[in-house]
Amino acid sequence: MDLFRAHVLVCGGTGCTSSGSAELIKRFEEQIEKNGLDKEVKVVRTGCFGLCEAGPVVIVYPEGTFYSRIRPDDVDEIVSEHLLKGRIVQHLVYKEKADEEQHLTLENIDFYRPQKRLALRNCGVIDPENIDEYIAFDGYKALGKALTEMTPEQVCDEVLKSGLRGRGGAGFPTGKKWQFAAASKSDVKYMVCNADEGDPGAFMDRSVLEGDPHAVLEAMTIGGYAIGAHQGYIYVRAEYPIAVKRLEIAIQQAHEYGVLGKNIFDSGFDFDIAIRLGAGAFVCGEETALMHSIEGGRGEPKPKPPFPAVKGLFEKPTNINNVETFANIPQIILHGADWFRSIGTERSTGTKVFALGGKINNTGLVEVPMGTKLRDIIFNIGGGIPNGKAFKAVQTGGPSGGCIPAEHLDIPIEYDTLTQIGSMMGSGGMIVMDEDNCMVDIARFFLDFTVDESCGKCTPCRIGTKRMLEILERIVEGKGEEGDIEKLEALGKNIKETALCGLGQTAPNPVLSTIHYFRDEYEAHIREKRCPAHHCQKLLNYEITDKCRGCTACAKVCPVGAISGSVKEMHKIDVLKCIKCGSCMEKCRFGAIVKN
Amino acid sequence: MKSLAELEAIRQKTLDKVSMRKDADDSIRVVVGMATCGIAAGARPVMLKFLDEIQKRSLKNVTVSQTGCIGMCRLEPMLDVIVPGKEKVTYVKVNPDMVARIVAEHIVNGRVVTEYTIGAAEGK
Repeated sequence: MDLFRAHVLVCGGTGCTSSGSAELIKRFEEQIEKNGLDKEVKVVRTGCFGLCEAGPVVIVYPEGTFYSRIRPDDVDEIVSEHLLKGRIVQHLVYKEKADEEQHLTLENIDFYRPQKRLALRNCGVIDPENIDEYIAFDGYKALGKALTEMTPEQVCDEVLKSGLRGRGGAGFPTGKKWQFAAASKSDVKYMVCNADEGDPGAFMDRSVLEGDPHAVLEAMTIGGYAIGAHQGYIYVRAEYPIAVKRLEIAIQQAHEYGVLGKNIFDSGFDFDIAIRLGAGAFVCGEETALMHSIEGGRGEPKPKPPFPAVKGLFEKPTNINNVETFANIPQIILHGADWFRSIGTERSTGTKVFALGGKINNTGLVEVPMGTKLRDIIFNIGGGIPNGKAFKAVQTGGPSGGCIPAEHLDIPIEYDTLTQIGSMMGSGGMIVMDEDNCMVDIARFFLDFTVDESCGKCTPCRIGTKRMLEILERIVEGKGEEGDIEKLEALGKNIKETALCGLGQTAPNPVLSTIHYFRDEYEAHIREKRCPAHHCQKLLNYEITDKCRGCTACAKVCPVGAISGSVKEMHKIDVLKCIKCGSCMEKCRFGAIVKN
Repeated sequence: MKSLAELEAIRQKTLDKVSMRKDADDSIRVVVGMATCGIAAGARPVMLKFLDEIQKRSLKNVTVSQTGCIGMCRLEPMLDVIVPGKEKVTYVKVNPDMVARIVAEHIVNGRVVTEYTIGAAEGK
């Protein structure tokens, strides 16, 4: 690798790849060569920068200029102006507010300033397909330290002392898990990485795998050493093709450098990692189902105990951690447990990555210290709600979590505080909802997902969630009956207590939490056959007010001929004929049609 | 991989090539004037020579960047060497043969090559 005076970092994460970053890289390379700069400027494809909303993202170093929403035609200008003549192309630089005119670098953007990137530290900084760059940013140093200077017990102790808890959602102390697996006596043990990220709208693990695959390999090897395993498996879904490809490259490079394989760091310790592709079943994120799937069986959970640490994969002691959990391990070993404890709060140490989505300005990936307030994430980093709408609730933890209303926006984010208010940390999906979202319909949406994904092995989950969904569908169609809310509550509690695995035990959460915080919306649907958010189509009524000038536009556009009236006179909608398509409202130039 | 020393060797080898992506405010900056006038006067070979020298000496914390015309086109190729905490030094009418000396004396040893500076050229 030669020395270059400038590096052009182009985001190769999933978000930016789908908005065309591969095309940009090609164009940059062409243009740079055309201008004779190929010995001076290097183009690097990195992992996700996090600000997917502004993608495709390009950063030019050494200035650190942050270009956003770059189209292939813009590339010519960046090359001829910035790279050739050293003039920053102001109109392509990312702007937080429309009237801002300044040279923004990564560090002074509101989106990044409050963030603390540990798990994502290399995402968007290094070329994930180049092990040298990972090593240059202290990669594999922690593995060297663990293997040459620490005993397996010391590694477990350090992780336990750091207070790191499982980032997959449940929040079990990672060090304790490792100690259990280490204590099991067996000639063969396994280290498994759970990369079966399945929550709708969540892409934290995906970004780590795509942006920094070596960190996961290094951490798994450290974990293998700590518990006495010599084989690791990464269970990743086949829908993540970029992640799978980069993992394969990383594993191959790690073998070439001898940081995987036999006698690593001359310590006598052997470790190897293989990839297993999942077919995308949500239940396979549950650890026992995941292990069945690796074994080649059907992805179905089984009762615990025995826990995986005693009898797991192929009946051998197994330790399973989530991708983000692993991504924290090398730094804990390198900088020590005390350093890690200094970040976050007493009971939830370190940071957490969240995938921000829904009704929010800055859709993307953020990493903040534990204890950060929800309000800061949504309104400072996330940039608030688009189109001046009011914030209504935020859903954390995906289909297993709950909705958090505005009154709880100021609680610090910790495992325990989120559980107390009826939601959960979950893997880190964060879906923001505004005044136009109907909470009953949101609950119906998540339950629809879990009903689809239920494996069908246990009765409460297979039949119970289905019955709950039927009730919810009735309510949003205006056929709800008195007593439905109580039925939902009773069913939900039963399912939580009796389902076999985590999927069923958490499936009623979205329903129970929305009933708890938005009971009035349920009641309005059932008693008044009215949707307060004007969202549920079946409960809407379109009406023409006296603003009507009688232009007949609405009558012409109505597909079922439900609107009558003569020219220059107020029109009328026949409620019985109306199919509530909304075409008339779109067409009206006088704002005379309202829905209620 | 046999030892931490071996890992460190790989790290060092790559570090100066990626160090510009780390937050390093203490880095020495070489800013070459690369407007039309600078390029026409031969700024590009000068800059390439800088990259070459920095690579040869494996210097860390040196970034080479470019800037536009500062209005003294007759003195091009011009460049600034900015060492944190010190006054900016401007070299003028630089040719590739002068670069090795600027790197060795100014960037490595902290002694300004006075005879190449704008003061020397304009003072006469």
